[in-house]
Amino acid sequence: MGIDSLIGGTIWDEYSQKVTELMNNPQNMGEITEEQAEAMGAKLIVADFGAESCGDAVRLYWAVDPKTDIILESKFKSFGCGTAIASSDTMADLCKGKTVDEAVKITNIDVEKAMRDTPDVPAVPPQKMHCSVMAYDVIKKAAAQYKGVEMESFEHDIIVCECARISLSTLKEVIRLNDLTTIEQITDYTKAGAFCKSCIRPGGHEKKDIYLVDLLAEYEKEKVLASSQTAEDVDFAQMTVVQKLKAVERIIDDNIRQMLVMDGGNVEILDIKENGSNFDIYIKYLGACSGCASSNTGTLFAIENILREKLDQNIRVIPL
Amino acid sequence: MRVYLDNNSTTMVDPHVFEAMEPYFVQRYGNPNSLHCFASETHQALKAAMQKIYAGVGANNEDSVVITSCATESNNWALKSIYFQYILTGQKNHIIVSEVEHPSVIATARFLESLGCKVTYLPVNNEGIVEAHTLKDFLTDKTALVSMMWVNNETGAIFPVEEMAQMCSERGILFHTDATQAIGKLPVNVKETKIDYLTLSAHKFHGPKGVGALYMKKGKELMPLLHGGDHMGGLRSGTLNVAGIVGMGKAIEQAVDALDFELHEVKALRDRFEDALLQIPDTFVVTPRERRSPNTILISFRGIEGESMLWDLNKDGIAASTGSACASEDLESNPVMEAIGAEADLAHTAIRFSLSRFTTSEEIDFVIERVKEAVKRLRAISSSYAYAPKNHKDELH
Repeated sequence: MGIDSLIGGTIWDEYSQKVTELMNNPQNMGEITEEQAEAMGAKLIVADFGAESCGDAVRLYWAVDPKTDIILESKFKSFGCGTAIASSDTMADLCKGKTVDEAVKITNIDVEKAMRDTPDVPAVPPQKMHCSVMAYDVIKKAAAQYKGVEMESFEHDIIVCECARISLSTLKEVIRLNDLTTIEQITDYTKAGAFCKSCIRPGGHEKKDIYLVDLLAEYEKEKVLASSQTAEDVDFAQMTVVQKLKAVERIIDDNIRQMLVMDGGNVEILDIKENGSNFDIYIKYLGACSGCASSNTGTLFAIENILREKLDQNIRVIPL
Repeated sequence: MRVYLDNNSTTMVDPHVFEAMEPYFVQRYGNPNSLHCFASETHQALKAAMQKIYAGVGANNEDSVVITSCATESNNWALKSIYFQYILTGQKNHIIVSEVEHPSVIATARFLESLGCKVTYLPVNNEGIVEAHTLKDFLTDKTALVSMMWVNNETGAIFPVEEMAQMCSERGILFHTDATQAIGKLPVNVKETKIDYLTLSAHKFHGPKGVGALYMKKGKELMPLLHGGDHMGGLRSGTLNVAGIVGMGKAIEQAVDALDFELHEVKALRDRFEDALLQIPDTFVVTPRERRSPNTILISFRGIEGESMLWDLNKDGIAASTGSACASEDLESNPVMEAIGAEADLAHTAIRFSLSRFTTSEEIDFVIERVKEAVKRLRAISSSYAYAPKNHKDELH
């Protein structure tokens, strides 16, 4: 794991000097009122993104020249942590003097790069990359408002990892081309999942439509389908005895056997018998498992539960 | 000026505690279980310290107060031991914890759940407290253990553990309490209760880090977590941390002596501090003072994200804490704020100030002024207090 992982981070030490300075003294913090916009001969745009209940929210003010589409003035207000405030400030700054079309092309990665002290050292620690995503989203919101279109019209591809801006199509392609089977591999190949980690699996900081685990599962399923024409779609009850045995073996291989082997044991499938509405699966523990206290409790329940969940609720596992 | 108001996280070692520990590094370092004069001098100190620890929690001589490395170890041990003794053997299948327990209880409970144990996570009321009657409905004949913290680390909320322990005892259910935040802040005397297991940790009451203990009532059992050379009666092997134990002994003695001071002086200072903070508009405190430990304030400043507040306070040398959002590695909002059902907008705004008997009135005056300044600056940045044209306001959902 290494020292840094073992002792944990102190995230503030990983902020660039620029982030620190902007947090202490944001340059574009403030509001533009309708009167001020009018005085500039500009149209006032006010856009909100995020929510306090999610931990960060930003309001972006633009004064846009309606003849040239140039953003004459750009200010922000933000509820968020230090990096959210610094990112919002940098974002507001990057908008100035650009046309609305140019501003839409600014990404969270541009914002993060602009906050770096030196080109190759990230401005914020990985879990804080997420804060700059909000800065990127609010620009699209403002531009959509100015143009009277939907915000989604600026996004041509579905983005799965917003921090690293990795699209669904890129991920699908990379997973298949390189036969990737783990999240770590995906992160190594694409950087997706390296930052706030919300896109890896449900339960992270942000709720997503698509998670990396879904993509892996989808690919895994494709492979299984391709390799065996059998079983996958057939009900356990409808399978032949051989198919049933194979299905049980596969579930045990994938979910249980490795754990047993690590503890110096193993399990053998002896027989499957239909018993009324139940399927009784007879097993024999091998090595350290035989005689282990948990073999008739925890381990047995684990085997039974996984088989029930994956194959059929009526399965009973009986150790001999 | 630097002001430390994060005493629920860890405390300064009391100079008297440090003084008591000092001889046990360079001068007296013998293994207390060996057979020579180097050992006997540390053995004497060890025994004296253990007696102080027993007295500190009100344990009887026949009870066990097993020394561990920290509260996390003690909590893990209590729960895992119950799993090995009662769940794995099939006698019972259920444990109960609160949903706002320290991670060392919650994460252990989740682990046991993955091994097939049923776990009930009891909810808190809107004051952040698990009421005894809430527990009653969840006790079953298959419940092996109830583990309930005495004082919540975030809010300082005091849980009615004595009443709960009584309730469990009547049903033959074991009761464990994580008293990490209670020692030195409330009277703790296990003798008068039906508590079976109790966790404590020295560094929360001005003792050294790396020493904790797990109290076990006479007649109860523990399955060793660390097997080895039969230290601590075979319950917890590993060469004894003599200096640490001496430190914990001295620290708990001091903490109990200072309890009156804590309950009156520290509380008065905390109350004055809290009154001043609540003068700031749009500020909220969760648990009522009379149901809270004397040193803790969990307060929300509307419109200010927790880490931003810590940032500004830290610039002025003030240490506070937030379990919320961006200040921790995992970016999540404060679990206690969520559990009490606080207004969603406030979930990321909680700041915890925790005082100690070493906190001075001057320090609090300084902090009050700095907090006011920080609130002013950060609310000026905050979108929660920002101008919006009328038509824009209408659009907001």
